[in-house]
Amino acid sequence: MSLLTSLARLRALEEGIAQPIATVRHCHLSERPMVLIPLRMSGEAAAPLAAMLGTRRDDPRLLVVTQPRNRDLRFAWTADLAAELLPYIGSFLAGTETVERKNADPYERVLDAPQILVPNQAGIAFVRLLGRSTRFRRADGPYPVPETVPLLGRWLTYFGERAAHPGSSLMTAATEELGRHWASGQSGLEDANLAALMAWITTGPSDDAEDPLVWPPAGPATDPGFDAEVLATAIEAGAAERITEALRGQLEPTWRLMWQAVDLLRGLPEGASVEQRWEQDRGSFSAMAAHIAEGAPPQARRDGAVAAASRLARMERAQAAYEVQRAYDDPLVMAEYRLTGEAFAGEVVETEPEHSEGEGRSRKLRPLVVVKTDDPVRLAPGTALGTPQRRAQGAQLVEARDGLVTVKITKGMGRGKTPAPGSVPEVGERVCYTSLTDDFQGSPALPEAEATPWTHGGPPREYTPSDEDALEEWS
Amino acid sequence: MTSPEQVIQAVLADLPRHRGVVVDSPPGAGKSTLVVRAAAHIAATGEPLMIVAQTNEQVDDLVTRICERHPDLTVGRLSAGGYVPPLRLLELPGVTVGTRVQDLGDPDIVIATADKWAWISGRTWPWAIVDEAYQMRSDKLLRIAALFDRALFVGDPGQLDPFSIVDGDRWSGLSWDPLQSAVSVLLRHNPDLPVHRLPVSWRLPASAAPVVSRAFYPFTGFRAGTQPHERRLELSTGGMGTVHDRALEEAARSGWALLELPNRHTVRTDGEAVQAVAQLAARLLQRGAVASSEQGERPVTAERIAVGAAHRDQVAAIRNAGVPPEITVDTANRLQGREYDVTIVLHPLSGRRDATAFHLESGRLCVLASRHRHACVVVARAGIAELLDAHPSAEPVQLGVPVKFPDGWEANQAVLDHLAAHRV
Repeated sequence: MSLLTSLARLRALEEGIAQPIATVRHCHLSERPMVLIPLRMSGEAAAPLAAMLGTRRDDPRLLVVTQPRNRDLRFAWTADLAAELLPYIGSFLAGTETVERKNADPYERVLDAPQILVPNQAGIAFVRLLGRSTRFRRADGPYPVPETVPLLGRWLTYFGERAAHPGSSLMTAATEELGRHWASGQSGLEDANLAALMAWITTGPSDDAEDPLVWPPAGPATDPGFDAEVLATAIEAGAAERITEALRGQLEPTWRLMWQAVDLLRGLPEGASVEQRWEQDRGSFSAMAAHIAEGAPPQARRDGAVAAASRLARMERAQAAYEVQRAYDDPLVMAEYRLTGEAFAGEVVETEPEHSEGEGRSRKLRPLVVVKTDDPVRLAPGTALGTPQRRAQGAQLVEARDGLVTVKITKGMGRGKTPAPGSVPEVGERVCYTSLTDDFQGSPALPEAEATPWTHGGPPREYTPSDEDALEEWS
Repeated sequence: MTSPEQVIQAVLADLPRHRGVVVDSPPGAGKSTLVVRAAAHIAATGEPLMIVAQTNEQVDDLVTRICERHPDLTVGRLSAGGYVPPLRLLELPGVTVGTRVQDLGDPDIVIATADKWAWISGRTWPWAIVDEAYQMRSDKLLRIAALFDRALFVGDPGQLDPFSIVDGDRWSGLSWDPLQSAVSVLLRHNPDLPVHRLPVSWRLPASAAPVVSRAFYPFTGFRAGTQPHERRLELSTGGMGTVHDRALEEAARSGWALLELPNRHTVRTDGEAVQAVAQLAARLLQRGAVASSEQGERPVTAERIAVGAAHRDQVAAIRNAGVPPEITVDTANRLQGREYDVTIVLHPLSGRRDATAFHLESGRLCVLASRHRHACVVVARAGIAELLDAHPSAEPVQLGVPVKFPDGWEANQAVLDHLAAHRV
């Protein structure tokens, strides 16, 4: 936990209300998000019990497995879930735009993509497991299932894996997103309780959040008391109606909280780079849709050597970009870097806009700017700098001493003998420079999977669907 | 006991017999010497060789060593576009520098960083030497493994493991986990490859080798190449009895010193500790230390002193606190593979409230505690032992992941235990 977040948590505790740690929203929020609250039968990893889902707060759909030990009923439930989710996902595939690429064929990208919101990280893990347990099922052979089930499994797997991609908003957990924007006065572990976190943000902490009778758990785990006293007796009695109503009672409070969380996040203005990250989400979603349309096999059970390395490279790239973009978008996030000496902000006290270096033809315009700052500057001369105020600008640290920092602008001031208007800060302007920059080099090529070298176990065996897939452990 | 020469002979003899050979080397055990020997050995067969190192400094060091030892060999140094070769490199005969393999002519040895090699394709080498292979992530090896037929992997298993800024749990347990080191992945897929160990540390003095060996290499172990009386550190001017002076005197006498500050929870850039480190460094220079060893007698100049810390902001704070500019101040990651006469270390757990996996990682402390030829001064706040007791390692156990030794918690305790006898 960073210093500023620790401070915000202490302040939240003292004042009895969560403190904002972001001034803008760092995630995309769809106009038509799919809120999904899954519940699991306790004792099994991925045995669905119920789910409440929908895109409108006044119209939740409740799907229930009245006997979660019955596998036929589970798959029937999954087919019902598919009947809700697949049309939602499909509704985004119609509108597309053509995207031109350098050194590659243009591709079609959807104009908008689905967004699934679950209450917490455990919800994401459950969705991924559900995908894992359904994507290898088949509509023929032993134990056949409706053909929408494996298709849904592939989509759930996709959303579950994409949720681990830094900065992606295709599927997010409400507690995670809220925790990125507000600091409560409780521990990170306690923040995973949606009711508790929402109470901190809205009215202040309350013991009710811990009381399963007031706020039932947001899933996928259910309250053991409810399991023993209500659910077990209803299931034993075989009373489908009672089971459904009991589960509705467990899910409805969380449903209301989820939409409240959406309102809270919507109240924040969107960060400048959110659009760009959502564009990547749309691209990724389009690629997945194309993949399925081409009839490609379901995602592998485990990443092969090459797939793992390539996913890792993508995720590292996204993580680095996400951190930089958040700092550029939000002065409160940038403040963390100012504290560690990787950024500084202050007032421009002197400029030399027509300063140049070199002679004759190699003469280059290099405007100088002197910034007065109270921040501890821990950057070495020559460090490349960027600035949130002028994103196209590149600069270099010349010298930092006694609270005065000299910066040389190296990019984004035009090609003329004098800088383009507005490209060099004026005296008196407040500016911020940082060594965080978002220009990363591409990563070098990986071998094809078939050419996996001997150091990594050689080429993998090809996957062929077989009847054995259906015999897998489901629990 | 096997001698280092026997090990080197065995390694060279194994080279043509196996697709890969691994050599584990404790700190300062002559790893670079081995690389140079093996390079010359392979070059003598007339077959081309590629060498992979991890950083530009390591590459430049290797080029220099190879050329000094074997001036008859031609060496091509591949580099990225923005790289400016140091002057000493350009003056060496037989060395060409270029950004493309074609620019180098046809040298006996081509050498570059792993990152640079990843961009090369369209040619293969019959032989490769991978230096610092335990610091290389296996995904880097994946990118370059098609370039060579056979390879010698050399590295120090006790140093820092490679890391990532993203969570890699989804791959843990896979034999090709991209976050594991190149050697672990190589050996999991090719368990029959021979693994040799260099048995003697030439760098660490007799006062340090047993401590480091016990704490960080509990099963393989190594010994010092010198006797206690062969290494001496003397301070040529008298002290003034301050804690800093007493710490330096203790270090000169015994090879270790622990400057203990009062127990307190602090921010990472703990002002007092940073000040203490800076003063120790400045004072060490002022007192004109002289180191005598099997290599003769020489003054401990600023270039022979290093200051190490765990985090970059600590490094920046120490540098700003007035450490003489010629003294190296850096993080454990960047001090890997370097050697100094005296090191001053800010203990990774000093002033902390918790002991995270990052701070407990045995490699971090191992790097910091094994860079010196003569003495190591550790600055820490009191209470680390209690902190460790309050934070036993609680990382989840992943299925299919080989258990890693040494355990960071135990290694930390072992080092602390030893330092306690040298407390000031």
